[in-house]
Amino acid sequence: MSISLEEVRRIASLARLKLSPEEEQRFAGQLSAILAHVAVLEELDVSGVEPMTHALAAGEVAALRADRVLPGLGAETAVAPAPDRAGTHFKVPRIIE
Amino acid sequence: MTPTELTALTVREAGEVLARRLTSAAELTEAALTRIERVDGRLGAFLKVTAEEARAQARAADERTARGERLSPLDGVPLAVKDLFLTKGVETTAGSRILEGYRPPYDATVVERLKAAGAVLLGKLNLDEFAMGSSSENSGYRPCRNPWDLTRTPGGSSGGSAVAAAARLAHGTLGTDTGGSIREPASFCGVVGVKPSYGRVSRYGVVAFASSLDQVGPLARTVGDAALLLRTVAGHDPRDMTSSARPVDDYLANLESGAKGLRVGVPREWLAAGLEPGTEEAVRAALDVYRRLGATLVDISLPHSRYGIAAYYIIAPAEASSNLARYDGVRFGIRAPGRGLREMYADTRQHGFGAEVKRRIMLGTYALSSGYYDAYYLRAQKVRTLVRHDLDLAFGRCDLVAGPVAPGVAFPLGERVEDPLRMYLADVFTITANLAALPALSVPCGKDAATGLPVGLQLVGRPFDEANLLRAARALEREVGVFPAPEVP
Repeated sequence: MSISLEEVRRIASLARLKLSPEEEQRFAGQLSAILAHVAVLEELDVSGVEPMTHALAAGEVAALRADRVLPGLGAETAVAPAPDRAGTHFKVPRIIE
Repeated sequence: MTPTELTALTVREAGEVLARRLTSAAELTEAALTRIERVDGRLGAFLKVTAEEARAQARAADERTARGERLSPLDGVPLAVKDLFLTKGVETTAGSRILEGYRPPYDATVVERLKAAGAVLLGKLNLDEFAMGSSSENSGYRPCRNPWDLTRTPGGSSGGSAVAAAARLAHGTLGTDTGGSIREPASFCGVVGVKPSYGRVSRYGVVAFASSLDQVGPLARTVGDAALLLRTVAGHDPRDMTSSARPVDDYLANLESGAKGLRVGVPREWLAAGLEPGTEEAVRAALDVYRRLGATLVDISLPHSRYGIAAYYIIAPAEASSNLARYDGVRFGIRAPGRGLREMYADTRQHGFGAEVKRRIMLGTYALSSGYYDAYYLRAQKVRTLVRHDLDLAFGRCDLVAGPVAPGVAFPLGERVEDPLRMYLADVFTITANLAALPALSVPCGKDAATGLPVGLQLVGRPFDEANLLRAARALEREVGVFPAPEVP
């Protein structure tokens, strides 16, 4: 399995990453090597095997809690760690030109 | 007591001398802070030392003791936590530049539970960025070194947690384990590390890496300390929907019951898998100890465990790529200037994430992208079922599984940084327990003859059978002893 530079750029864009040309080169090689290793999974016959979609056995987790209002952090506290804000709002760069 | 005697106390001993008023929490805390100041410049275990907060917590603990109102056996005992746990008002970075300066508005449940038990928290421990790594070299802030040999890694990702416990900087610590991140550094540093069953410990307020695999657990110098720390933080948390409602066993109650009659399963694939000779020798010697103690060794097979790395390096990056989508420069951490929202996201992430994190986000995004989901993520989840099934079959014939933690001892710093696949292969034996959601631990079992470095034995148990794992680990510890403090030059 070989990952092309073009594919690296497509994935980076999906992941909202801006890679340097040097990183694109390196990741193309490294991702190809990792995926070549992952290809061992193709040796296994998994037909009829259920995927493990939950790490906990059924019945292990508690029943849903009662639908009651509980105190939260409050807007002021919740937005306090934001890099930019206006009052109790998160501030972001202009979206519509 | 001298400062050296104070820092040498185990968690349980420290709790006892405090209860008997032979020392104070303030003295214990000063001894720990002084030792951190003296040696941590070379070790790099801490990302942040919260000296003032720790002193205040120690004073409060001493006042409770004076009033005869000790909260728990941990009251006044200096501990520290991996910088992956949110701590209210105290910078929490997950080892990443992208969270630089982030002061969380609340405590993780496990931090809350340590505080409620009266523990003194010394600070935040170094780690691989977002817990991604097996050497702690991916820390975005500073290198972390093995206290037994400063040219080697302490393991990872909970490297700081293992180093702080081993080098007597904190009496015990907490870490997290997604593919071996507690057990591998515990093995490399000569301490006990426990990854509990999935669902045993709350992950509320723990920076998420791979949510179907992540667990929180203790690292400590003795099995008894690990048992006490686990008992303190384990148990249902309504704020974590994956937290089990089962009552928590008293892990200390049967700790001294020995190994007689225990059926210890030894996976033949794990001992035939190209271990370093010194590691194989130490592991085999530990198995002999169990036999001598009256346990039966049972030959078992885990035919799918060799597919574990491949399944893991699909599942974990896929979940990480989703979990790390939240670091976009809007709600916490840093923001890079960028024209427009989309460019700001990309600039912030380019600037804030290190190489390994980007690599895993790329891998995970690829595996989940259109047309690849069935071939990668779905297939990996099916393989996960097969890995678990191997263990379920094995537990019909044995009570626990024993084998190596890692293929070898702590490796030199820099050796694997440019070869991610080789780094990943260090996780080959630990990943099984994460994929199967089972409890597992590393307990020191000896030294590598060539280097004198610590070797850990891994024990894997049935779901929620931490009590038996700890009992078996204690039986071994009683025979092989606890590692002394390393001489930090």
